[in-house]
Amino acid sequence: MIRPGDFVVVEASELDALLGVLRERGHAVVGPTVRDGAIVLDLIERAAELPAGWTDEQDGGHYRLKRRDDGALFGHALGPHSWKRWLHPPTLVRWRARRTEGGFTAEPPGSPPPKYAFFGVRACELAAIAAQDRVFKGGPFVDPAYSGRREAVFLAAVQCGSPGGTCFCASAGTGPRATSGFDLALTEVVGRGRHRFLVEVGSERGAEVAAAAPHRPAKDADLEAAAAATAEAAGRMGRALETEGLQEAMYRRYEDPRWDEVGRRCLGCANCTMVCPTCFCATVEDATDLLGQSTERRRVWDSCFSQEFSYVHGGSVRTSAGARYRQWITHKLATWHEQFGVCGCVGCGRCITWCPVGIDITAEARAIHPGDAEGSRP
Amino acid sequence: MTIHSLETVLADHPFFRELSEPQLATVTGCASNVVFPPGEFIFREGQQADRFYVVREGRVAVEVFVPNKGPVTIETIEGGEVLGWSWLFPPYKTHFDARAMNSVRALALDGACLRTKCERDPAFGYEITKRFTQLVVARLEATRMQLLDLYGNHD
Amino acid sequence: MATTTEAAGTTVPTADPMRPEPFEVRHITKETGDTFTLELVSVGGSRLRPFQPGQFNMLYVFGVGEVPISISGDPATPEVLVHTIRAVGATTRAMQKLQKGSWVGVRGPFGTSWPVQQAHGQDVVLIAGGIGLAPIRPALYHVLLHRALYGRVVLLYGARTPRDMLYAKELREWRSRFDVNVDVTVDRATMEWQGAVGVVTKMVQRSPFDPAAAMAFICGPEVMIRYAAQGLQQRGTPDSSVFVSMERNMKCAVGVCGHCQFGPFFVCKDGPVFRYDRIQRFFGMREV
Repeated sequence: MIRPGDFVVVEASELDALLGVLRERGHAVVGPTVRDGAIVLDLIERAAELPAGWTDEQDGGHYRLKRRDDGALFGHALGPHSWKRWLHPPTLVRWRARRTEGGFTAEPPGSPPPKYAFFGVRACELAAIAAQDRVFKGGPFVDPAYSGRREAVFLAAVQCGSPGGTCFCASAGTGPRATSGFDLALTEVVGRGRHRFLVEVGSERGAEVAAAAPHRPAKDADLEAAAAATAEAAGRMGRALETEGLQEAMYRRYEDPRWDEVGRRCLGCANCTMVCPTCFCATVEDATDLLGQSTERRRVWDSCFSQEFSYVHGGSVRTSAGARYRQWITHKLATWHEQFGVCGCVGCGRCITWCPVGIDITAEARAIHPGDAEGSRP
Repeated sequence: MTIHSLETVLADHPFFRELSEPQLATVTGCASNVVFPPGEFIFREGQQADRFYVVREGRVAVEVFVPNKGPVTIETIEGGEVLGWSWLFPPYKTHFDARAMNSVRALALDGACLRTKCERDPAFGYEITKRFTQLVVARLEATRMQLLDLYGNHD
Repeated sequence: MATTTEAAGTTVPTADPMRPEPFEVRHITKETGDTFTLELVSVGGSRLRPFQPGQFNMLYVFGVGEVPISISGDPATPEVLVHTIRAVGATTRAMQKLQKGSWVGVRGPFGTSWPVQQAHGQDVVLIAGGIGLAPIRPALYHVLLHRALYGRVVLLYGARTPRDMLYAKELREWRSRFDVNVDVTVDRATMEWQGAVGVVTKMVQRSPFDPAAAMAFICGPEVMIRYAAQGLQQRGTPDSSVFVSMERNMKCAVGVCGHCQFGPFFVCKDGPVFRYDRIQRFFGMREV
């Protein structure tokens, strides 16, 4: 009888069976896979689709896949996709309307929310999901599209052993260890001819799935090996974010000339908002058929970096690139606290990797808030 | 109804407050009561600017005559406000028309006389100039706001 | 001394706030220039939507789009939803072409409202510029309906020219009452206009209200709000007794699309009515 808090071991060769158990319960499994020179997230059917033996080299504006000398499935950091693609899809039909005699009707899309299993969620990503929970479920308005997907999703986390060059979950306070918020948490142990996963059971649902999959109880040796695999992760972060006093510094230096400096580099390409796992801004589009008889209201991802984002009759409020960058970073690091009670940044580093000019949120934060290095400055 | 002396009226007026007694007396010496019936021009554009007015009651339209449009009112001066500053700055010519919109009671102050007194007594001159500069600044700020055409279309 | 208070709370409608319900155009009034007023009534079965003064609805034209519009009718008679609209974009221009009987989708009401309850016992100073009179009017209706609960009631209204004045007939009616002070000014006028010409802020200086026991509601272009608030400060009214209505790009109206952010605030749910001292630091900044 497996209970939440228990540890079991699943052999790498048995992963397909585990995925099968999830599929039998109606979950479509989403996991990392190699495509187009990157590790992306996509629907997967078999463990063979996972990125065995791959790792990544990441820096500001730099991402390369590299071969590992072992067959680790999760020996890489994060790719450009985050799980928000599945809980908060880039395009979503909110309702459909048809012309009727005299007017129109508007109806909800009607199909039930899809049921996913996320396989390989890092600690920072669990924190990002928890952050978006606050946005879409935490206020007086609960978004039915998000909450439907969120309630149904099965979260199989993976403990990080290979943080990347732009990671800073440790200083952001979100990792590298996942301690809660998952159904199962896997730690990969590979070496000396063996390849297995220590699986921590995090919920009743996780216990039921683990029980139905091939497994054995964990022994002390398994626990030790898993601990060793992830022990140094916290010390191998590529970046660091000083969070103490950061929010106040952002407010104090809201009109700092630094923003215009960054603005000169920023292309307004919106990559950062697309890859960021907590960015949630979206716009609405009304798409009508050619006869004008039926129409769809779609919610579509948007970015505060676009010129039209802040448009109010006559012009946009934020026209300069510096003002738009400031909006993004002060939202992420300061006003998120006000709005949702938590920092908007989980330290995943994607915005640094995928910025074409390598703008680094940790460097910009440091410029505004040097922290202990230079003492407090007005 | 108590009839206030010119001196009392001026002394109470925010514009002349904090002038010393002799300074106030100088101003009073150049003041007289005037009344304009509705529609009458208090001054016209391009005239010698020899007077300024402290409006006590009524409303004055400051107008510009625009060809094809007629007189356009760009500001109204109400009771308690001061009308006219051109008397203090060369070439001492009025720049606008000022017309009584209804029955206007005002104190007229002899600008030519006060100018001379300002030249002779720099301390007094400074007090007067300070006050009129503030007046011009306030009008400029208001004019700029009107110029922004805030309620207009934004196309 | 006025007690400090907050903008009144948000009402989140209980039905699906993302889906519009059909309403029918009962009447269209052409106001001035490109401004018009729609009167909407529910189409058999649509819910009654009571609202607080200062709130807004999202109005939808089939196949065209959706825009946030302040409700400018009487909160005591929510059976008719009144919206005064300026035709400036695709959706509002499409609304201008609607006819009696056309359908309009309505979502709402959304947002915070003018604190009319908390103003009991005090002077009420309403300051409006241009189309800003539209979201102010429901507050005035409410105050006049409960007139005995308030001290002096003052309306200061600034418009571009006399021809651009909104609700001119009602303005004259309010002005003829003995228990309301109405002062109107325009930016410029021709000879026919016998009223004041100049900025609204000048009227703030001269208006007969008790600055220490007044609550002010301001709505209009942001520049005007800034100067009007300064004028009130000069009179001695504390910033915590001044409430302003803000405007930003809105898509969802429920605080999840991110467009309407103004510093840390979502104008759709923390506003549009804000207590001035709470937003003052961002109000003075550029591009926020």
